Amino acid sequence: MIYCRTDFLHGVGIDIMASQMKTPKDSDKYSVLLPTYNERENLPLIVWLLVKYFSESGNKYEIIIIDDGSPDGTQDIAEHMQKIYGPDIILLRPREKKLGLGTAYIHGMQHASGNFIIIMDADLSHHPKFIPQFIRKQKESGYDIVSGTRYSGSGGVYGWDLRRKLISRGANFITQVLLRPGTSDLTGSFRLYKKEVLQKLIEKCVSKGYVFQMEMIVRAKQLGYSVGEVPISFVDRVYGESKLGGNEIVSFLKGLMTLFATT
Amino acid sequence: MTKLMEWLLGLSLIGVLWSIVTFDLLDLRISDQYLQVAWPLPIYLLVAFGCYSLAVVGYRVATFNDCETAAKELQEQIQEAKRDLQKKGLHF
Repeated sequence: MIYCRTDFLHGVGIDIMASQMKTPKDSDKYSVLLPTYNERENLPLIVWLLVKYFSESGNKYEIIIIDDGSPDGTQDIAEHMQKIYGPDIILLRPREKKLGLGTAYIHGMQHASGNFIIIMDADLSHHPKFIPQFIRKQKESGYDIVSGTRYSGSGGVYGWDLRRKLISRGANFITQVLLRPGTSDLTGSFRLYKKEVLQKLIEKCVSKGYVFQMEMIVRAKQLGYSVGEVPISFVDRVYGESKLGGNEIVSFLKGLMTLFATT
Repeated sequence: MTKLMEWLLGLSLIGVLWSIVTFDLLDLRISDQYLQVAWPLPIYLLVAFGCYSLAVVGYRVATFNDCETAAKELQEQIQEAKRDLQKKGLHF
């Protein structure tokens, strides 16, 4: 707490509690990477929520929308959002077709002016209200990475049936036993990274999809980066349409075995 | 060392120790009561680990938080966002 008495008001004896106003460190800026594919409905909503929570927290930010040539007109909506909020807040980095997530991050980061990168899903399963908590957690101990967790503390999920929960917890348990990652939610993709840490990790990682997210945390631990956790609520509105089938389970196990053997 | 190597190393070590005791490779002359416990020990530990795993996963599934309030809050905020964006010129 900084308590300062300004000299020219000496006679009046006004004390100004400067620390009452929590001004964030002036140089910190947060770039949110939003890879999108067919998110015409959700994109305006997620952007609105991001703007709401960032404005309330007073942090400097930008939102980078990386659309992979969505046929449903997501890019048009993105352009409209840029008109509403301005090109300083909304940056557009579209691509022609659906390419990998890792390359989407690289592409998005090339023009990111923030020193922190936030990655998240654009389908409203990740709620921007947790971002100020990520930022606070990061400042607490200077973490290199802050990861949202559905499995620990007050973290949780909405919209999963028993089968889905069982598969999720079972898979997470096997992952914990085999990889001992030191974090509770390895497949989560709602995270805050220091920019140079994310760049370094993307260079080193070779997997795809959610195994890519797992590999990032495992490699981060190997390289000695510190990872903090914040419980998040994951609201799944997509699960009803896309059940978790045998194919995905097999490819998850294959990915896990690969990480087990190579990290 | 990869995780696989760590596991292989650990399992080999346990394997060697277990063999030495069970097959009396170093002529240690361990008394019968210890031998009776030692030789089925790997199976016991495997079964114990299996039970532990089931218990832990079962517990975690049972206590998996259901974020009802988060889902409701999201619905309300979606409505609010739509109203605000319509004012700003977006058509849904």
